[in-house]
Amino acid sequence: MTNPTKTLRKNPPVLKLENVSVAYKVRGGEVEAVQDVSFEIGRGEAIGIVGESGCGKSTLAWAVVNFLGRNGYVKRGSIHFQGQNLVNQGRESLQRLRGDKIAMVYQDPMKALNPSMKIGEQMKEVLTVHQKMEEAEAIERCVKMLQRVYMPDPMNVLKRYSHQLSGGQQQRVVIAMSLLNNPALLIMDEPTTALDVTVEATVLDLIDELRRELDTAIMYISHNLGVVSRVCSRVAVMYAGKLVEWAEVENIFRSPKHPYTQGLIRAIPKLGEDKLGSQLYPIPGRVPAPNRRPDGCVFHPRCDYVQGICRDKKPALRDVGDGIMVRCHFAELIDPSEWEPPDAVEIKPEGLKSEIGNDAALLNAVNLKTYYQVQGSSLKDLLGLNPKRYVRAVEDASLEVVPGRTLGIVGESGCGKSTLIKTIIGLEQSTAGSIKFKGLDISSSLADRSEAVMKEIQMVFQNPDSTMNPAYTVGQQIARPMIKFGVVPKNEVRQAVINLLGNMRMGENYYDRLPNQLSGGEKQRVGIARALATYPDLVLCDEPVSALDVSVQAAILNLLLKVQRKYGTTMLFIAHDLSVVRYFCDEIIVMYLGQMMEKGQAEQIYAPPYHPYTEALLSAVPVIDPGSHQKRIRLEGNVPSAINPPSGCRFHTRCPRRKLLPNGGKICEEQLPPWQDMGDGHQIFCHLPEETLCAFEPVFTVKEG
Amino acid sequence: MESQQNIKKKNYSLRLERISQSLRLIFSSKIAIIGLSMFVFWVVLGIVSIFWTPYEPNATQFAQNLTPNATNWLGTDHLGRDILSRLMTGTQVILLKTRLPGIGVIPGGVALWGVFGSLLLGTVLGLNAGYRGGWTDQVIMQFLDALIAFPVIVLYLVVISALGRGDLVVILAITVTGAPGVARLARSLALDIRTRDYIRAAETRGESPWYIMFKEILPNVSSPLLVDGMLRVGYAIFAIGTLGFLGIGLPPPDPDWGNMVNEARRNIFSNQLAVIWPALSISTLVIGLNLFADGLNEEINRFQK
Repeated sequence: MTNPTKTLRKNPPVLKLENVSVAYKVRGGEVEAVQDVSFEIGRGEAIGIVGESGCGKSTLAWAVVNFLGRNGYVKRGSIHFQGQNLVNQGRESLQRLRGDKIAMVYQDPMKALNPSMKIGEQMKEVLTVHQKMEEAEAIERCVKMLQRVYMPDPMNVLKRYSHQLSGGQQQRVVIAMSLLNNPALLIMDEPTTALDVTVEATVLDLIDELRRELDTAIMYISHNLGVVSRVCSRVAVMYAGKLVEWAEVENIFRSPKHPYTQGLIRAIPKLGEDKLGSQLYPIPGRVPAPNRRPDGCVFHPRCDYVQGICRDKKPALRDVGDGIMVRCHFAELIDPSEWEPPDAVEIKPEGLKSEIGNDAALLNAVNLKTYYQVQGSSLKDLLGLNPKRYVRAVEDASLEVVPGRTLGIVGESGCGKSTLIKTIIGLEQSTAGSIKFKGLDISSSLADRSEAVMKEIQMVFQNPDSTMNPAYTVGQQIARPMIKFGVVPKNEVRQAVINLLGNMRMGENYYDRLPNQLSGGEKQRVGIARALATYPDLVLCDEPVSALDVSVQAAILNLLLKVQRKYGTTMLFIAHDLSVVRYFCDEIIVMYLGQMMEKGQAEQIYAPPYHPYTEALLSAVPVIDPGSHQKRIRLEGNVPSAINPPSGCRFHTRCPRRKLLPNGGKICEEQLPPWQDMGDGHQIFCHLPEETLCAFEPVFTVKEG
Repeated sequence: MESQQNIKKKNYSLRLERISQSLRLIFSSKIAIIGLSMFVFWVVLGIVSIFWTPYEPNATQFAQNLTPNATNWLGTDHLGRDILSRLMTGTQVILLKTRLPGIGVIPGGVALWGVFGSLLLGTVLGLNAGYRGGWTDQVIMQFLDALIAFPVIVLYLVVISALGRGDLVVILAITVTGAPGVARLARSLALDIRTRDYIRAAETRGESPWYIMFKEILPNVSSPLLVDGMLRVGYAIFAIGTLGFLGIGLPPPDPDWGNMVNEARRNIFSNQLAVIWPALSISTLVIGLNLFADGLNEEINRFQK
């Protein structure tokens, strides 16, 4: 139907996978991590591979570059790269291919760059080793390539070490490096997952531009559907090692055919939706381990449309028209619009939102500051001759939380949101300002707090793998706070734990399990149960869903909502995903470099008037709604160091709206902006006059037609 | 009632499963099995020697410096004592019993108690240094570094000349010399574990530092510490041998392997075997323990990957 793909078809594909199965040898047999995957990538085409963790996305990429490790091998099928079969090739020729024509970009740029070599040496090496290029020529190429990826001052960058660059710059260097040899195929494995949204947006723009100009084929692996929709033309959805759907981006999001794809899309909050008006539907169950895949269709235990044939017969990948391939028996018969939620998920909006304003604030922080002292390494520092330097992690934060409500804190990494809640719970000592909890002053350190206060403030952590002590069973860990604070009599603890587990949708049989027997989502549930064990009034959630897959994320968010409704818990919720925060929170604070930039009701934050920073953040969010148009604002430069923050408004070095002020915004450098009241508690920390702020167009507009 | 019993049964079977899991871990490594059998060989010989030895170990009832023959399988020493009997009895003080003057004999050999002592002292110091950090860390680690800076043998000599001979003194010497190494290991492990979120969770519910160190951190660092302890038993046996050779080791009447080497050394040109047998005993026991610890370590690490 679309012409570009038709013309592409005439050229032979750069990469063609046919029925590829990849197996790993493990103790006592082998497991097939990837089964029967076939697709092709043409020149200048970017295809996305999406799916939850453990679905074999990365294994597939490693199979292409034959980097499976000692115990992995391609069991069946063929991988043709420019007409040449890569399977069972000798090491030598593969190594040449990898260096010359296939390049790979990994998730973590820190790990891809050698910290002990200068950037210039590392980049040069690619050319001098693979192409036997002269030194001077190689350097020239490197500089050109760095300019190509919009690296400011490339000559200077070549002389630096990787730790002297920011995360976004490092990833640019890695991308530049991978492009040095003009590869025909570029494999990117979650290249922006470790980056902030504003940086991610610029890197994605870059990838898209490079694809168009250099005619490189790109295989883009990501768990984030929004990111994939921004750079890719076609998408392969993988589930449990199998390709379950293969279609063009538009089709995937407009009319997903496979029940798994539909489930994934339903599980993600759309930007702008909130908990009152909409509902997230997690996919029940979890991805089966490769050695425990069910018979028949791999997805059938989690599928809402399951029928007898699904349990017995494996569906084949079939063409259902429009270039869509689906691995489902009933793809044509399923209409996602007629889908009804199974009875198991129910969250009714009633009772979620208590009345605003009447209650006294549960938590009240005024002009809170948290500074860390920096240890210098020079002799002067050791002797204490140099003036002491501080990281100003949180500067003048004031906030107020009403009982039963949720306050969201958003901002990029390093903006001080974690430090802020750590200060509130007492893990960090505040430098100045006051925190009041139920009218009691709690700005003292944790050791000076009374047990009664500790019991009322608990925390849910980000990383599911480190939130539980691997040495104790689920039951023991949840029971400990109950016993410690004497919430329930000793002989009733077990029952109380089991009740709590039941609220987390976990059965009694979880009581004696050790953490290593749980999945990421289950660990997170136990983490929440432990925080709730003392029935606290205030729960601080530090990115509780960031490390989870989307379907699990939906389940955890639903769970937190249920908890909030049942116990009337007040929450502080940190996340970097703006759609999640919009969905989950009543009020939101936007932070930048330790300073609060904007605060107000959730719906106020996501609509004009915006703070310029909020506007930039919103326009950087990768969204999957093909029906709306997103304003394009990109921030330049890097987040400045918090040791030496910019004077005046901390955002002035990157603010795209500064020039609207007279004198090019000189005032932003000189003076702290005022808190401007936009009505209804919506406040913006900016010099721009109210009229200008109100005149900003909304970031999202519905496309015409 | 029934459900209570069921739960107990279930806990019991869970525990059994865990034990069988760790056994499987040992048996999946050939090196560990070889090491373990060398160690078990000496333990069995020692236990047998409590009840029976071919001859009285300290009786001078044979001709001097006999080569191995039908009556004395390993020959006799310079005083005409049966070497096999003496070697068997010598295992006891190292691995099976400790003689405390005034109290009597307690089970567990000098090497084991010494290592236990260094594990205990080292873990307490290391966990405190690692978890608390700051000044505590500085003070503890500087002190231990100073201790490490002394040559071990000089430390032994100092301790023993100050306190006199005796099993307890040897245990103390092993404890003091072993503790710094254990402490360094425990500290580095604690430094890693203390960054985990479950430690934050414990702090936010106001647990005391001692609870966090011993209930939250220790169970997660115990396996590398135990493996290290096993290696240390080997070193301790070496140390006991060295002290015995210098004549300041375990006091008589029990035969001491190091002392046996020392005494036989004077007749090395006429009777080499009397030196070789105890030397071989020390080395097989130490090598056995090292192999076991190495094999186990490898398996545990493979398990984690």
